[in-house]
Amino acid sequence: MRRIREEFLRHREASVLVVAIGLGLYFVSVTDVFVSYDNLVNISQATAPAAIVACGTVLLLVSGEIDLSVGVVAALAPFMMHYAIDFWGMPAIPAILLALLTGTAIGLGNGFVTVVLRVPSFVTTLGTFYVVTGVVLTTSHAYPAEIPAAVDGTIGQWLGAANWAHLGWALVIVTVLHILLTRTRWGLHTIAVGGNLLGASEAGVRTGRIKIGNFMIGGTLGAFAGLIEAFRIHTIDPNIGGGTGLMFTAVSAAVIGGTALAGGSGTIIGCALGALVLAELQNGMNLIGISANPYFLILGAAILLSMIANVSLTRLRRAGRT
Amino acid sequence: MTAILRTESLSKRFGAVTALQEVSLTLEQGEVLGLIGDNGAGKSTLVKLLCGFHQPDSGRILLDGEEIVLKSVRQARSLGIDIVYQDLALINELSVYHNMFLGREHVGFGRLLSNRRMRRLATEHLEAMGVRIPSVDVEVAKLSGGQRQAIAVARSVYSRSRILLLDEPLAAMGAKEGALILDLVSDLKARGEVSIVIIAHNYAQILEVCDRVNLLQHGTITFDKPTARTSLQELTDLVVAEYRRARTRGAGE
Repeated sequence: MRRIREEFLRHREASVLVVAIGLGLYFVSVTDVFVSYDNLVNISQATAPAAIVACGTVLLLVSGEIDLSVGVVAALAPFMMHYAIDFWGMPAIPAILLALLTGTAIGLGNGFVTVVLRVPSFVTTLGTFYVVTGVVLTTSHAYPAEIPAAVDGTIGQWLGAANWAHLGWALVIVTVLHILLTRTRWGLHTIAVGGNLLGASEAGVRTGRIKIGNFMIGGTLGAFAGLIEAFRIHTIDPNIGGGTGLMFTAVSAAVIGGTALAGGSGTIIGCALGALVLAELQNGMNLIGISANPYFLILGAAILLSMIANVSLTRLRRAGRT
Repeated sequence: MTAILRTESLSKRFGAVTALQEVSLTLEQGEVLGLIGDNGAGKSTLVKLLCGFHQPDSGRILLDGEEIVLKSVRQARSLGIDIVYQDLALINELSVYHNMFLGREHVGFGRLLSNRRMRRLATEHLEAMGVRIPSVDVEVAKLSGGQRQAIAVARSVYSRSRILLLDEPLAAMGAKEGALILDLVSDLKARGEVSIVIIAHNYAQILEVCDRVNLLQHGTITFDKPTARTSLQELTDLVVAEYRRARTRGAGE
């Protein structure tokens, strides 16, 4: 019993996994449609963008920062691809790379203002959020655009139009970033920077580089999530990510997955499971015909509960009672 | 014995306040030097000059007889002079062995962390230094203040520091915890690889582990004797006498 509790406390993802499975079983018991092929595709497509953005959010939260602009970076990226191909005459692949690099560059800007100019990241990225929103709305005249013909084929299929593309990308990205956070120098330094900035820099960790790098990773992932969403819905919509929606979903997924906002701890697997729980909830409630409105009530309660659990679990572990 | 570290007429002012005045201190190879004195006597300032945190206004610092100019803590560390703070140094969220290797991790295939190797090396090193903890896998946050300090010291020794500066290593520590640190210092002394400067308030403990005691008063070293030739009584008398003089002066004004 003691051993089980120990393992459970050590692997914080376990509790989210239990919730995800429980929710799944519940919805299966009330509606057959939940595990139908089409619906599983739906759930995977709802989970993936949130999970991908949340991976970047976890890295940032662990290093003690936050990025409020990832959601609109997701909206900007497909437009960049559209402008590059249709207006500037770029070939498909370079245009897609440019779209991703736009996210990277916005992350670099956020990191620079936060680390070098010492503006708190909450404020930095709030500013960036509005600036990028303005750029998207101005340049698109707030109208959706067509997916450019050059990418509306195999490339589009690979990047999100195909049924399981979302799931595939999410699995790859979650795996890579999980290894990055838990098994590499970069991950160790990310935890150190968020846990004890001064101590980390005393030990020779390049704290500024770690933070800026994580902003860049987060921005790139935001751009990528925007691209795969555009290909899935087959439109470049200025409202991809729903303004703040995608960002808040990502932060929620991270928090539900056991990442502390205070920095120093968090898990990538947890945030992916958090994204799955949110997708299951929204999808399942939809299927059984509950209006979408209580979804927010449940989401809010889930965030509060998991945060309270997170804080008390940390205290328990610190008290050495594991 | 040869002096590993020497200062010649070190002075430091902060605005109108003279924190250190012409301090000449000598630390022998393998020696444990106790630095005592009242609050505001300049102990911490002196240590901060030696670890590169502050720069002196005048005077010289010599390492192995050669003059060095310390511009930063990092530079001092690269020369083998390391300051160990009680709590600042470690990352609570990381395991003991990750803390031991933070900033100089071992990596293997695909640049992934060689956790097994670091775990083994950390265990061996801590055992060799007589630092007892449940396991190198525990998060540092779970350890006591004494254990944390011991790990910070062990890490410093592992990174081949030759001179350790311990700023109030026994502050806010129970008797048992304090004994842990004193044992560690004694062990290090017996091995003779590092030389240590300890700042402390508790004279009895200083006498227990130090080879020599320096008393700082008003930014100057006023007393320098081997521990064997002084006593707790003498040190206490010196500080009390200073206190009395200050009070008489105060009353006379």
